Formats: sequence, C-alpha cells, structure tokens
Amino acid sequence: MIKKETMKIISINVIAKETVEMVLQNEYISENAAPGQFLHISVSGCTLRRPLSIAAVNRTAMTVTILFKIIGKGTKRLSEYVEGETVDVLGPAGNGFPLKNLSKKDKVLLIGGGIGVPPLYFLGCTLKELGYDVQAVIGFQSKDFVFYEERFKKLGETIVVTNDGSYGEKGFVTDMVDKITSFDRYYSCGPAPMLKAVTNTFQDKEGYLSFEERMGCGIGACYACIIPTNDGSNYKKICQDGPVFRAEEVSL
Amino acid sequence: MDLSVSLPGLELKNPIMPASGCFGFGREYSQFYDLSKLGAVIMKAATGKERLGNPTPRVAETASGMLNAIGLQNPGVEKIVETEIPFLSKFHIPIIANVSGSTMEEYVNVATVLNEAEDLRAIELNISCPNVKEGGIQFGIDPHMAATVTEKVKQASNVPVYVKLSPNVTNIVDMAKAIEAAGADGLSMINTLTGMQIHLPTRKPVIANKTGGLSGPAIKPVAIRMIYEVKQHVNIPIIGMGGIETAEDVLEFLLAGADAVAVGTANFQNPFVCPEIIDALPKVLETYGFSSVKEATGGAHKHE
Repeated sequence: MIKKETMKIISINVIAKETVEMVLQNEYISENAAPGQFLHISVSGCTLRRPLSIAAVNRTAMTVTILFKIIGKGTKRLSEYVEGETVDVLGPAGNGFPLKNLSKKDKVLLIGGGIGVPPLYFLGCTLKELGYDVQAVIGFQSKDFVFYEERFKKLGETIVVTNDGSYGEKGFVTDMVDKITSFDRYYSCGPAPMLKAVTNTFQDKEGYLSFEERMGCGIGACYACIIPTNDGSNYKKICQDGPVFRAEEVSL
Repeated sequence: MDLSVSLPGLELKNPIMPASGCFGFGREYSQFYDLSKLGAVIMKAATGKERLGNPTPRVAETASGMLNAIGLQNPGVEKIVETEIPFLSKFHIPIIANVSGSTMEEYVNVATVLNEAEDLRAIELNISCPNVKEGGIQFGIDPHMAATVTEKVKQASNVPVYVKLSPNVTNIVDMAKAIEAAGADGLSMINTLTGMQIHLPTRKPVIANKTGGLSGPAIKPVAIRMIYEVKQHVNIPIIGMGGIETAEDVLEFLLAGADAVAVGTANFQNPFVCPEIIDALPKVLETYGFSSVKEATGGAHKHE
C-alpha cells in the first residue's frame, strides 16, 4: 500500500554524466517495494513531486536506491541534497513488473535505455534471486553516460550499447537482436522511441514496458499521466494502472 | 471553536473541501485518510458522455504553481451516478458534483441525470474550464450566456447550484452579478488562469493542448482580490479557492469574503493537506481573534 513516508539520505553520488545515485533509508518502503514501482518525491521549492523509479532495495539495511538524471529544476535541486537530510516520498507507487506465469525455465531479457535502466536492475536482482536466467541489453547516449555495467554483468550476460559507439557496441539496443541468445519474455524501460522499436522488434514475444510521464498527484486522482490503450478506446493511468503495461496493451 | 458553516444545501462541519479535478472521485485519497473528516467533497467534472480528455503532456510545473490541461476526462455522468456517488456516500459528507458541458443542452442533461443521485447535495456549475475547445469557457466569459446557463441548470436541477467563475474575464463583478440575478445559490471562485509554458529545446509549448490552467499558490492573490471585489456586490455565498495550502490561507479567503473553501493543487504535494488544514484551523482562527468560521467571513470588509 502506498504511504507518505520520510526517507533519510544515506548517500548521494554522481555515478555518470548528469546521473545521480541516491540511497534512501526507510523501513516501510524498503520492505514493501517491488521492481518497477516508483517513489513520488517531494523536492523543496517545487509544486509537484518527482516520480523516480526504484533501482535497488536492500532489506537488511532498509535502504532503497534511486537514480535520476539532472534534466530540470527539480532534479537539479534534488541533486543538491546532502547525506543525512530527509526527503518526503509517496511510495511504493504504481504496479511493478509482473512476474506471474513465469516458469522456472523461462529466460528473461532486460532491455534498458538511459535513465530507463535503473528499474531493470532491481528487477534483474529479484529475478536472479528467484533463480531465473537473465540477460540484459543496456543502451546509453555515449560512454560518459554509462552506469551499472558491472552490476548487470553479475546478473547475467550483458551487452552495453552506446548510440555513438564511444563504448561497447555501437547503435541502438534493438540493433543487438543477433547478439542476444533466445529468451521467453522481455521487460523494457527507456525513452518512448526505444520502447516502440523494442515492441516492433520482438512482436512475437511476451513483453512488458515501463513508461514515464509528467505526473501530478502520482496516485491516480488527477488524470495527468495517461496513455491511450492500443485500440484507442480508453486511457490507462501511468501512475496507478502502470507504470508497467503489457506491450500490446497500450499505444506507443 | 465552531468550524461549522451552513450554506444552501450544504451543512458543513468544517469549511474545507477538496477542489474539483484535484481529488478524482475520492477513491485514491481514501487510501490515505478517512474522508469523513472533510467538510464536503467536490467531485471531478461530469459531462454528458465519457470524455477521454487531451493528449499528454497534460501538466507542467511553474513558479509556485502548475499548468494543467486534462480536458475534463471523466467516465460520463451516468457512470458517476452509478458508481462514484455511492462510493462517496459511505463517508456521510456532503457531495458536490461539478457539472460541465460543451452545449447548453449538455449542461441541462448532466444536471438532470444528477437528480437521480439521492446523496448529492449541490452542483458546482463549471462554466470556466479553459481546457476544452468547444463550449465551457464561452459560458464563463459572457455574462448573458452565463446567466442563461445558470437559469436553465437551476430549472433542471433539484439541488442548489454554485456557479464556478473563471478569472479569465475583464470584469469579475459583472459576471457574479449576472449569475446571482439568474438565480444561482452560490458562487465558487476562482477556476484556473489560462497560461502557457514554452520548452526551450523544442521551442514548443510544454502542454500538448498548448495552453493550460494555472493553479497553486501563484494564483492566490488573484483569487483573494476577486473574492474581495465580488463580496462587495453580491449576497449569495462564496466557496473560495486558488492556491490554498495552509490554515492561514483559509483565513485569508474567509476574510476576503469566502464562506467555505476548496483546496486543489496542494493535494498533489501533500495528500493529507485537507485534514491537516482542518486540524490547524481552530488555532489559527483563535490566534487572530475569531471564535467561529462564520465570524471570520468577510472580515476584511468590516474595517473600511
């Protein structure tokens, strides 16, 4: 259940270009967070909260890790917080990546782009713990933006792609089709054009996508962050019905 | 401390209600607290048929506020009567429906369908939504059209009608007077101010609808000024709104002339803002020398 909680900042570090990793401590959130869920974080001086997905959870240390890219006023301000300060969050928010109907033999592919990579790390850790075979393709703009490569490699076979080829493979995550081994299901998070390309590339596979959108309340009351369903007949609320949807459920 | 307020159709145990469009139909906020604590609840807009609303982005943050262009997304008045009002009825607080439309007929139709809802206590007539292309706002910027729609909805409805005023007008007093003369039971003010924000990298408006309604603390002084002016010229009660975040803000609205208030944008930052304001209000009223909410209403006019 979503709650309003105070989280203490345990650490805050720049881990790649414009990319900040923040470790937050709170018993309730760390115990209840599932992969794919997000925190709706209040940032001082901002009218609206900022939705940021959960990148990792350590239940022993009661910590939750979030990663964000400094792209505007809110994320800039959040990057200026220091260890020991607290942040007010609503969370865990949204529905995570569904793990139901995944059979023990099923192989899973994680496809992440840029700041869409973090929730897949939490998912990958969870799948690994449950004994699944995980492989990952993670894409970034260029070398300076790459993060979590080593961590993903501990989960399974991992391909790093940069758009300009300055690190790892050159191109887009969907260009790696020939390099990945067979899989049964994929989970993806990243910019909308990437999600669209992923959906088109893996039409015959069961896939789940996590979306981001400008949000208001973050709990489903304000109807700001909607996405049309695939048949165009209705909308889903990203914050409440998502942020994860089946690839064929929504219109990209 | 007496927080109660008695208005046409509305016996409020306190003057605090969530504003339309910022609280859905209450379900999401009921996860956080018992809604029976509220003075009343104003539901999200109802239109004749289901509306899917505008493309995204629908919101953008501004200095001390936000822009929104949701576009009146709602499941349609019949669904609201069937499923949403019964849900809210469980909390035993007055329920107010926000009635929207694109044509005179739609307004009348929505008000008529709402007559079937036994637990509805009042209507907030939304002639001021800036975010739908046709209708809506037209009724809110022309005093004659505003008066006509008020009259027709009054005839159609069996509950009191509070007309929600748009601040996007040259003379708010003329609008208020025309609506009072047309038989409105009360006023609700103010709706959002039309605004725009342009995204530098793309050189395009951030909001897909291009323009959106500005809300939040940024508009509070506008709301206070308009309520203050209208209060001097009309005798029907006013539900005040526009950027309220604290019990002190509530007192300011009461002093300007509001009888009760609605809290909107602040719910997004703090889901508990309404109950927290209700808890803080007695102390604030006492600090400034009041023994009831009623006593504070219009207080700023008494020193002239």
